[in-house]
Amino acid sequence: MLEQIWLLPTFPLLGFLTLVLTAGGLPKRAVAVIGAGSIGLSFLTTAIIASQFLGSGETHFVHSAWTWMAVGQFTPGFTFYLDGLSLVMMLIITGVGFLIHLYSTGFMIDDPSYSRFFAYMNLFVASMLMLVLADNLVLLYLGWEGVGLCSYLLIGFWYENPANGYAARKAFIVTRVGDTSMAIGLFLLFSQLHTLNIQEMLAGAEESWAVGSGMAVAASLLLLGGAVGKSAQLPLQTWLPDAMAGPTPISALIHAATMVTAGVYLIARTHVLFELAPTIQLLVAWVGLATLLMAGFTALTQHDIKRILAYSTISQIGYMFLGLGVGAWSAAIFHLMTHAFFKALLFLGAGTVILSLHHEHDIFKMGAKRKQLPVAFASFLIGSLALAAFPFTSGYFSKDEILLAALEVEGVGLWLWIGGVVGAFFTGLYSFRLVFVVFFGESRGHHDAKEEAGPVMAVPLMILMVFSLFGGWITIPVGEVFGHAAEHGEAHVSLFMHAIMIAVPLSGIALSYLFYGSKTLSVERVLALPLAATLRRFWFSGWGMDWLYDTLFVKPFLWLARINRADIVDGIYTVIVAFTRSAHQLVIRSQTGSLRWYAISVAAGLVIVISLGVLL
Amino acid sequence: MILIVLISILFLGGLLAWISEIFDPAFPKVVAIVTVAVELLLMLTLLGGVEAGSPDWHAAFTAPWLPRFGIGLHFAADGLSVLLLILTGFLGLIAIGAAWNEITERVGFFYFNLLWTLAGVVGVFTALDLFLFFFFWEVMLIPMYFIIAIWGHENKNYAAMKFFIFTQVSGMLMLISILLLAYFHYVQFGFFSFDYFDLLNVTTSGSVELWIMLGFFIAFSTKLPSVPFHAWLPDAHSQAPTAGSVILAGVLLKTGAYGLIRFAVPLFPTASMQFAPVAMTLAALSILYCAKVAFAQTDIKRLIAYTSVSHMGFVLLGVYAWNEQALQGAVMTMLAHGLSAAALFMLAGGLQHRIHTRNMAEMGGFWPRVPRMATVALFFSIAALGMPGLGNFIGEFLALLGAFQSSIVLTAVAALGLVFASVYSLWVIQRVFHGKYETGKVDDCHLLDLDNREMVFYIALMLGLVWMGMYPQSFLALSAGPLQDMLANSQQALQALVQN
Repeated sequence: MLEQIWLLPTFPLLGFLTLVLTAGGLPKRAVAVIGAGSIGLSFLTTAIIASQFLGSGETHFVHSAWTWMAVGQFTPGFTFYLDGLSLVMMLIITGVGFLIHLYSTGFMIDDPSYSRFFAYMNLFVASMLMLVLADNLVLLYLGWEGVGLCSYLLIGFWYENPANGYAARKAFIVTRVGDTSMAIGLFLLFSQLHTLNIQEMLAGAEESWAVGSGMAVAASLLLLGGAVGKSAQLPLQTWLPDAMAGPTPISALIHAATMVTAGVYLIARTHVLFELAPTIQLLVAWVGLATLLMAGFTALTQHDIKRILAYSTISQIGYMFLGLGVGAWSAAIFHLMTHAFFKALLFLGAGTVILSLHHEHDIFKMGAKRKQLPVAFASFLIGSLALAAFPFTSGYFSKDEILLAALEVEGVGLWLWIGGVVGAFFTGLYSFRLVFVVFFGESRGHHDAKEEAGPVMAVPLMILMVFSLFGGWITIPVGEVFGHAAEHGEAHVSLFMHAIMIAVPLSGIALSYLFYGSKTLSVERVLALPLAATLRRFWFSGWGMDWLYDTLFVKPFLWLARINRADIVDGIYTVIVAFTRSAHQLVIRSQTGSLRWYAISVAAGLVIVISLGVLL
Repeated sequence: MILIVLISILFLGGLLAWISEIFDPAFPKVVAIVTVAVELLLMLTLLGGVEAGSPDWHAAFTAPWLPRFGIGLHFAADGLSVLLLILTGFLGLIAIGAAWNEITERVGFFYFNLLWTLAGVVGVFTALDLFLFFFFWEVMLIPMYFIIAIWGHENKNYAAMKFFIFTQVSGMLMLISILLLAYFHYVQFGFFSFDYFDLLNVTTSGSVELWIMLGFFIAFSTKLPSVPFHAWLPDAHSQAPTAGSVILAGVLLKTGAYGLIRFAVPLFPTASMQFAPVAMTLAALSILYCAKVAFAQTDIKRLIAYTSVSHMGFVLLGVYAWNEQALQGAVMTMLAHGLSAAALFMLAGGLQHRIHTRNMAEMGGFWPRVPRMATVALFFSIAALGMPGLGNFIGEFLALLGAFQSSIVLTAVAALGLVFASVYSLWVIQRVFHGKYETGKVDDCHLLDLDNREMVFYIALMLGLVWMGMYPQSFLALSAGPLQDMLANSQQALQALVQN
């Protein structure tokens, strides 16, 4: 069965082709069967492959479909590489992906472009599977760009509103900046190591580059550029909050569970390079820490239910980067998995809220919705507990591992740990702010809303609830992939530190209760403090990054484009033409027809020529 | 012999198309499409002779023409020529399809010009005598001038004249270079020859070689075109009828690239290597500058024209990086851009035909009105911005991959073109197809979706790009031999120079 691994991306690809070629001609029921069914088939195949692969005891399996191109030494193929890491990713993509597709068959049922939606979704899953199965960086890049394209198409899915188109283009272009950095990274790797096959490349790098060598630093930095773009980390995080313009299920699938974690996957996949460049690896940790704090603060100030979740996603991926940066490779992937469970749950829950409240996004126009929206309430409660790392939920285990590993880092470990713990406090605060504001207190609108969640929407939510609660007990088979690096001791950490790590998120939740649950503390009073309002505005705007990029890049580019619309190079030729024309006019004037004038000209010319001859 | 047949069929078919108009104005297009279909089939038979990876010449034909000056009718095709010939035949068919309903006046003369342009192109891709090459270089120019000047749009005379002067002036420089090269052959070997293989043996050096090389370079980079010689292209494209744009963007620009690969570098390896940094800088400049100018355009055809210059920058970059990946990248870009630009110009032409404007400010929200057209436009925009899985990506990625080995800085700068390409491509989709449709903004009574005839052409182009993107090996294998051969020869020449 392992040889049939090519079926994985093929099912969704066929689904995509069928839906595109029928161009919306199929009945919705058929579209749902094809759209969700293709992912279901992929999931089944993955499950069979997983059991066979894990049973076989092999560390990896390679299957080559065909040689993509062969130019000199450059011979990337359509070759799939299966190991523990890609297996975990496959299971997340097809498993969570299938649940989200199932949910979407209900969520999107009233949309006139039902078929187009599932076509894009299927193409997305196919690309994402290519990304994680690729055995070479070029094929990975194919998946990488493919998911970016689908992200663009789905953010701008409701294209009638120009704002959605803007968000879609912003997402594509900002991530393309990162992708270009990654592409240059590939060129560099190939020029130095003469292969882009991941395993051979990593082996070559270990062989020919010393730890801390310039090439390793350059290559890993360029790859990091790609990763921060795709995973919405500083400084390329600005696209993700706007990406919420798309339908909610795609936010769950693309902008929470799978695509945005591709950067984490890339770094984990090429972790050998980062180990060869310790400065860059540490930079990954700092990027993660800065992002998780920044996004955590920002999440606290947002009103839009999806934007809160978006910033929370950025923040949680920050934790994954922190994990990668401190060498806790498997912990980062573990957090990637648990995050996929609880964040998909939260987004789908948000989808139910939004659908039931007639596309309301503002949490302050909700309130007391726990009775009206019981399934959504349960989703948010469980999802938020996992997100806030409540003890023994899935998020607790994964975040715990990352923070413990951070502590192990020599020198700056304590600082990274403190930053992570502060972030955890804010996570508790903002996630339960959302829960209290939406589901408790008094109703501030949509008083008679009824929950719209048929079984196709409720069942995926319930399955995700189970995984969000108990997913922490899953062991992921990535030990072999990361080898020695996977080891990290927990034994050295004192009980005191453990207690802090449990207590801090709980106190965040408690504080949030005091502010938004019991209203013992007043938000208004905090905002009345000096600087508080300014700080809030600053955080609300995402730390002014949009403004900054607008001023630094967008406006100058638009200005340049505007002043040079007529193409100054063309102007040069216009000048030549004008000069020729005027010279022509000038010479025409001399053609008077007057014999006297001609005679004088000839005589004067003669005099000049002769005198020139005499003088020189 | 088959190459002579290929050229004669087009010349004769053109004449026949012109004459057939006397009997019925519907005849010329039928004659033209049959001619080009036969032409394409014959071109495909050439594949039988070409062995993958071999640099050999096929279907060679030699006959004396002006023996006194060593000018002969020397034709031959290697894998590279065959690839470009097939591109020419294929796009010839597409162009006739684009003209099918659009051209209604002086139909016979139109197809005459179209076929004669193609004949010139076939000659350019197969001539191995430089005088003969120059002859065909001129042959493709004049009918194209007529196509723009007679069947063009509002500002056609200006555009046609500009096209003519640019090509003609740069062509003259090339003629001077060719004559000088033949003269140096006379000095060194005691007899005149314009034959490619003879001229390869001429050794010029220093500034002489550089000046002669520049004559070729300017002619080819005007055709390509590259900044700063690109000014003719936006006008020519925006004014030309759709079929003219298809041939211009899909095929004529590629003759410039072909000239660089076949003549400019192999004939002057040392001067070219010295000149490479300048050429690569021009390439990077073309990529970024024209992408930026493209973004600012409101005329959709002008926009696509500037993107063509931008994409051809990757070809120039690849050629002057002069290694296998870079050259293969240049060739793949030529092929893939040929298809994608042809499709984009057809879409723009189709839009203009339907709503009588090229101004994007008047468009918007067309998706629900013309879903097929929107999907097709989306496909080709995505192809143009270099989406992996489609041909353009293979070309640009290989070109950059190869270029990186000769200049890191210029490659990094050129790679920014990938970002800019997504800026303008997605902007077009937004401007034309996304947004809300406002009735009354354009005259929309003819705004109909693509019909089945049009879809056939677009689907053919799409399949071509998917093929190139998923299994480029079919194409790379054909050009590999000739390119490796040229690389080895120039390597030898450089080594010989070092030893002397």
